[in-house]
Amino acid sequence: MPTWQLRVLRGRPGGSPRLELYQVELPWEVYLIDAIEKIWAEQDRSLLFRHACHHASCGACGVRVNGRERLMCITPLREFSPDQPIQVEPLRHFPWLGDLLVDVSPMMRRMAEVGFVIIRRDELTADRPLPEGVERGTRFEDCIECGLCLSACPVMAADDAYLGPATLAAIERMLAEPRGKDTARLLALADDPHGAWRCHSAMECTAVCPSNVDPAAAIGRLRRRLIAEKLRRWFGGGR
Amino acid sequence: MTYSVIVIGAGSTGAATAHDLALRGFRVTVVERGEVASGTSGRNHCLLHSGGRYAMRDPESARECIEENMILRRIMPEALELNDGLFVALDEEDLSFKERFLAACEECGIPAREIPVEQALAMEPHLNPNILAAVQVPDGVFEPFRFCLSFLATAKQNGATVLTYTEVVDFVFQGRTVAGVRVRDRRTGEERVIGGDIVVNAAGPWSGKIAAMAGVDVPVIPTAGVMISVGRRWNRMVINRLNMPGDGDIIVPQRRTAIIGTTSWRVEDPDFIPIPEDHVRLLLDRAERFIPGYTRGGIRGIFAVARPLVGRRGVAADGRELSRTFECFDHAVDGVEGLVTITGGKMTTARAMAEKAVDVVCAKLGLEIPCRTREVPLLSYRAFFAGSA
Repeated sequence: MPTWQLRVLRGRPGGSPRLELYQVELPWEVYLIDAIEKIWAEQDRSLLFRHACHHASCGACGVRVNGRERLMCITPLREFSPDQPIQVEPLRHFPWLGDLLVDVSPMMRRMAEVGFVIIRRDELTADRPLPEGVERGTRFEDCIECGLCLSACPVMAADDAYLGPATLAAIERMLAEPRGKDTARLLALADDPHGAWRCHSAMECTAVCPSNVDPAAAIGRLRRRLIAEKLRRWFGGGR
Repeated sequence: MTYSVIVIGAGSTGAATAHDLALRGFRVTVVERGEVASGTSGRNHCLLHSGGRYAMRDPESARECIEENMILRRIMPEALELNDGLFVALDEEDLSFKERFLAACEECGIPAREIPVEQALAMEPHLNPNILAAVQVPDGVFEPFRFCLSFLATAKQNGATVLTYTEVVDFVFQGRTVAGVRVRDRRTGEERVIGGDIVVNAAGPWSGKIAAMAGVDVPVIPTAGVMISVGRRWNRMVINRLNMPGDGDIIVPQRRTAIIGTTSWRVEDPDFIPIPEDHVRLLLDRAERFIPGYTRGGIRGIFAVARPLVGRRGVAADGRELSRTFECFDHAVDGVEGLVTITGGKMTTARAMAEKAVDVVCAKLGLEIPCRTREVPLLSYRAFFAGSA
């Protein structure tokens, strides 16, 4: 059984964070979350990290692995070499609470402000043929609110009031199906200086999304919608 | 006066108990050593039980499941997918259970109906075309993390305090009465005492360890199971094998993925459960019997977690014989006042477990306050994050 090396960011707010090296023996078939949980269980009970479902449905275990946003539960150890340390750091652009733990509540509050409720109806998608030219199905319904897109987004680094990719994708999805809710409020939210116009199409959100939501494309659609609304107001609607 | 109750554990049982206590007017503090649902509840199979799975062997649990299933549909629609379940007979032995299964479901109040094989195959085109029978039941799928957050969000709105990353390190006694808990904030390392009139131990498979800190015994048997998440969904409904519950006999779809489960063996320490490789192979083989080619979409994740089964004498070592019903222990009978343990059960029955635990709490304090959790709709899971800084 290989011995894996993990370099984990440790520390608490107010102190200086450091990278600490751990060695953990685990078979090839397991995942990064298992290595972190085993370190916590057997080596260091002070290690802080978030996790719940271990199969990429809850969105709790987002971290940066060798600099890239990933969910620990679906990051297989076999992707790495046992003699190269795997670097594990917390997500960026969230309040840091210590070690790998961040406070996701700012993102969750923005998602709550949009208020899109997912209603699960026909979920069978395996054999539905995709339209020509479409390589994979994307939809907001699969968003697990993990925050990987916020961490990867370069605009978040410059503007912490930026709504962020997940929230903008939620607005776009809700505008498509408002179910009687106030669309003007949603459009105003997206049209804010910290809204859709702030995005500069780095596409990092879509690249790191573990659920094929494609927030970057949603932001593109949202901008076109905002422009159409403005044109309608100036020329068409007479309001 | 307002009594204070401390709930240990923010899994489904602790979350539902906090909600029930808060609705009945108690001052509630939940202490959880990790994230919400970071133990058994989070790594759940996500099955909203109709009770069909237990109808033949464990009718008490089956009745609890169908009753709670119908309540959860009313109070937390946002955390559910209502896609029903299918019990299919793969061979003659399975088929021999059909009449008994239908009768057991009727006995337990589970609306089950046999549907012709051709119709089942039309509804589930990827299903093994050689199935011999199919019975439809009101199974469903839930989102475990959001399930727990919804209960806790509503509890918080009603005044409860939820302290995550806060680990119970000891009980505080006044004589033989539990007067509170000593906790360690895992972020700061600081320890402090939280006082309470009653402590409810809702630590799932860890409830035995918690009870031991107070010097009492809880017969909880941590019984692990392996589950495999696959990256492609081939079935609309939950697919169960029409037989006694066994290994690898259920596929629960979730969004565009699915979870194959499960196995069952006793573990000593639920903190870290190594995944037996032969269990993984068994689950993959069994899934192929339901839906040939199931794993072609690739394995997304493999995980194991311990169920908190309540021990009884003369039970097989794999835990399949243990009932999935729940038990509430008032440790006054063990000579320790002020401590109640609620354990066993299923996530589907968490609300009923909470009702029972809070009924016991009320009785201990000489209060008669009716339970309202059957009717009160829960807040969105996102509201859990509303109050925090």
